[in-house]
Amino acid sequence: MDELIFFINKVIVAGTVLGSIYALGAVGVTLIFGILRFAHFAHGDMMTLGAFIAYVLVGAFAALGIHLPIPLGVAVLPFAMALTAVAALGLDRGFYAPLRRMGAQPITLLIASIGVTLMLQGLVRLFFGTGTRTFFEFETKDIFRFDMSWIGGSRPITVTGPQLWMVALVVVTVLALHLFLTRSRLGKGMRAMSDNPDLAQVSGINTALVVRVTWTIAGALACMAGTMLALDVSLKPDLAFNIILPVFAAAVVGGLGQTYGAIAGGFLVGFAETLAVFDWAVFVRPFREHLPDWLATASGLSLVPTEYKLTVAFVILVIVLLARPTGIFKGLST
Amino acid sequence: MSRRVALAYLGLAVLVVVIAMTRGVSTAMLLAAISSIYALVALGLNIQFGYGGLFNLAIMGLMMIGGMAVSNISMPVNAAFWASDGPLLLGRAIGAALAGTCLVIVAHQSWRVGVPRPLVTWLKVLAWFVGYIFYRTQIDPAAAYIEKTSGWVGGLGLPVWAGYAAGGVLAGLAAYVIGKISLGLRSDYLAIATIGMSEIIRAFVKNMDWLTRGTLTVTPVPWPVPLPGAYQEQGVDIGTSFVYGQGAFLAVTLAILIVSVILVERAYGGPWGRMMRAVRDNHIAAASMGKDVKARQVEIFVFGSVLMGIGGALLSSFNQLFDPGGYQPINHTFLIWVMVIVGGMGNSYGAVLGGFLVYMLWAMSEPVSAVIFAQVSNLTSWMGLGAIPDIDARAAQMRVFFLGFVIWLSLRFAPKGLLPEVIRRHV
Amino acid sequence: MALIEVRNVVAGYGGAPILNGVNIAIEQSDIGVIVGPNGAGKSTTLKAIFGLLKVSSGEVLFEGEDITNSLPDRLVPRGLSFVPQEKNVFTTLSVEENLEMGAFIRRDDISGTLEEIYAMFPVLAEKRRQPAGELSGGQRQMVAMGRALMSKPRLLMLDEPSAGLSPRYVLEIFEHIVTVNKAGVGILMVEQNARQALAFASRGFVLAQGQNRYTGTGPELIADPEVAKSFLGG
Repeated sequence: MDELIFFINKVIVAGTVLGSIYALGAVGVTLIFGILRFAHFAHGDMMTLGAFIAYVLVGAFAALGIHLPIPLGVAVLPFAMALTAVAALGLDRGFYAPLRRMGAQPITLLIASIGVTLMLQGLVRLFFGTGTRTFFEFETKDIFRFDMSWIGGSRPITVTGPQLWMVALVVVTVLALHLFLTRSRLGKGMRAMSDNPDLAQVSGINTALVVRVTWTIAGALACMAGTMLALDVSLKPDLAFNIILPVFAAAVVGGLGQTYGAIAGGFLVGFAETLAVFDWAVFVRPFREHLPDWLATASGLSLVPTEYKLTVAFVILVIVLLARPTGIFKGLST
Repeated sequence: MSRRVALAYLGLAVLVVVIAMTRGVSTAMLLAAISSIYALVALGLNIQFGYGGLFNLAIMGLMMIGGMAVSNISMPVNAAFWASDGPLLLGRAIGAALAGTCLVIVAHQSWRVGVPRPLVTWLKVLAWFVGYIFYRTQIDPAAAYIEKTSGWVGGLGLPVWAGYAAGGVLAGLAAYVIGKISLGLRSDYLAIATIGMSEIIRAFVKNMDWLTRGTLTVTPVPWPVPLPGAYQEQGVDIGTSFVYGQGAFLAVTLAILIVSVILVERAYGGPWGRMMRAVRDNHIAAASMGKDVKARQVEIFVFGSVLMGIGGALLSSFNQLFDPGGYQPINHTFLIWVMVIVGGMGNSYGAVLGGFLVYMLWAMSEPVSAVIFAQVSNLTSWMGLGAIPDIDARAAQMRVFFLGFVIWLSLRFAPKGLLPEVIRRHV
Repeated sequence: MALIEVRNVVAGYGGAPILNGVNIAIEQSDIGVIVGPNGAGKSTTLKAIFGLLKVSSGEVLFEGEDITNSLPDRLVPRGLSFVPQEKNVFTTLSVEENLEMGAFIRRDDISGTLEEIYAMFPVLAEKRRQPAGELSGGQRQMVAMGRALMSKPRLLMLDEPSAGLSPRYVLEIFEHIVTVNKAGVGILMVEQNARQALAFASRGFVLAQGQNRYTGTGPELIADPEVAKSFLGG
């Protein structure tokens, strides 16, 4: 029983949390790919930027003496998301739009986004230094322990407050996104443009408006993802680079341009990581007496050692790009 | 050489002289030596991208392989390792890896004996899985044992030139594998795939302590020419000894660079080069004329990577340090791209110029930023806002910002670089 | 004042021009049909009008106003609409969503127009929730036309509407075009099926090598032995 609880904590809970973060990031990347047809490498740094904006706002709220029943990090989210959306629009206007007007190829825009990544990284670290910060300087993190003694477990299932918020917010966001894309004029316009950009223009769809809405959504979601990650763990400036490849992997797996695919892809990559790193020896232990020696004494039966956790996403990315570039939901491809 | 090229290199020479005058000849030598190594790597990228149109973002990984090669080839032999059971265990692990590979190959070819297609896919997956697990059961205890008893496998004690050559060969092999797998992809997907592979290489090299010492680093990696210390023993003062030592190393790197440029230029000008450009400019037409596009692309990728491997080996050698933890995509992939974009793609002289120029600017940007920050800090103190803390760290970040900005500026205003490709017209 | 006037337009895709001084003019009551051999510049004319390629000299006037080199998404609010030859529906959107996209520029209630389109193309009403990509060629063409009509245009331009369709659908499409025209929409279309299209054209334009060759009503052109011999296969 304890082993199952351990599994739930380390795989189910952790996988859901990680999957949610990747899903939110991947939705932004896939929307940008679908509408603007390029891989936005700077998305990870946009998540970092969003998290830092939220951090600053939390500090401001705390300084103003505001105390709320919900974590401050969550309370400032609407404002932080709005500001990040504005930043995203600014990035496009300043850096990507001029290149698009020149008729740049997708690969040029990718390299430009690498340039933007470096600029964002430099700026964030310039202002905030390279140290680690926490969102819980002014308050404590709620930790919920679900007692499992009623089914024979001696340890509790542990979930933190921010993790619960994250799941709730992701559910709400996915629902809101679904409604937006299927019920609203702009949402359908986005889907149309992703489907066939030339026809969208010919039909009179306001393509410039759709592009702006895309960046707004991508920026807002990136902020949510980055902030939630920082709330769950801590706020580090290199949050970005470690995230961008799993997020790309999630987007590619789900099919580039397919929003629901990105969400599925996010959870797939999240669970793949937690499952690959999980030490299956834990399950072997109760059956020790019944197994041959070499298996019983095996320790560290994880598919991939913890240090290689990041490689799981990369391997998935490379495999999907080679074997099935259109992803699960048949998105855009080569 | 045209006037434009001559002028550009003249400008470079002026920059070197300025650096020598402001920061000392020894520093100028140091920068010249390192930037010549980067110029070699940039030349390699130019072959892949400028001539081949291939978006290689795995430069960091290839340079790491070069550094690893020189470390494992030319560091002294680790007697403790050879005396222990280490070689035996390692041998078993290698055997397991080979067995696993055979298993995978058999699974891949199983369709030839009539196994139905869907089953073949499952067999492949099974073979990979079983092979991997089998390998892990052998390598994990071997790695743990080696790390505990002798630290790492040590080197082969061979001369450092062999290390450089091995760096090129191993990088070429890695490039062959990467290329065979991924060169069919569209350019932006290829870029992402190569970034991914570079990170995979980094994760492995960094964590295989038994092979590379991981974050414990390997030092001192030998030099091909006498070290400054050797001159000091003969009574030369410290400052001059560095000039002699680094100057000699610089001579070595320049020689390698010049030979490489000559070889590349001759290839480019000849029939092989013309075919490469045809493939680059129009795959479809080239393929319809019977050229094996994919094979040519792999070829170009490998050639460029060989130079990158040699460069990586030279770098570790010059720094006398192989530090798997010290490799960053910024410094080892993106920086090279800036060199080629700014210097001029499709032009060897452009890539080399870019290598020297960008590296020197990059290296100088840190002290320059620090000075600027100090001035600004004085200003803010004077205005009553207090001094700026952590100037050194922040100065380092400024140059990351500028690197990104230069990338964007180049793409926007000078997509062809300072020395663009010279299209030779056959009149 | 003509509904649309193309005056001496020279245009191309960047290199040598495809159109070398083309002249077209039709009224809102007209069905205008452009025919000619391959490479004559028929589709290019429509694209030049709709701002999809650069007009280097000459003018395009719509209801007297200069719309040369306007962007496509400015033209739809003005009352023009275009049905491209290929990829002319949003395959992943449902039939109804395709139609809704045609009305993107409209802020008023579009349900009335939707009902009109469904009345004209009953089969679309049946399949309104199906993704347009699942429909047959002829049905897709109807979706494409319906989409273009949702913005209530005064000029409807079609690029080879009968391309790839079975004879039954060709007839049906042409019938719909005539109906639409009778309802007050000017039609300008390019057609490969020259004879069939010219049969109901009130203005016919025969182009060759980027220039006008013959102009007249459709039936006149069909009857003309010169035209018939060179361009209509005798």
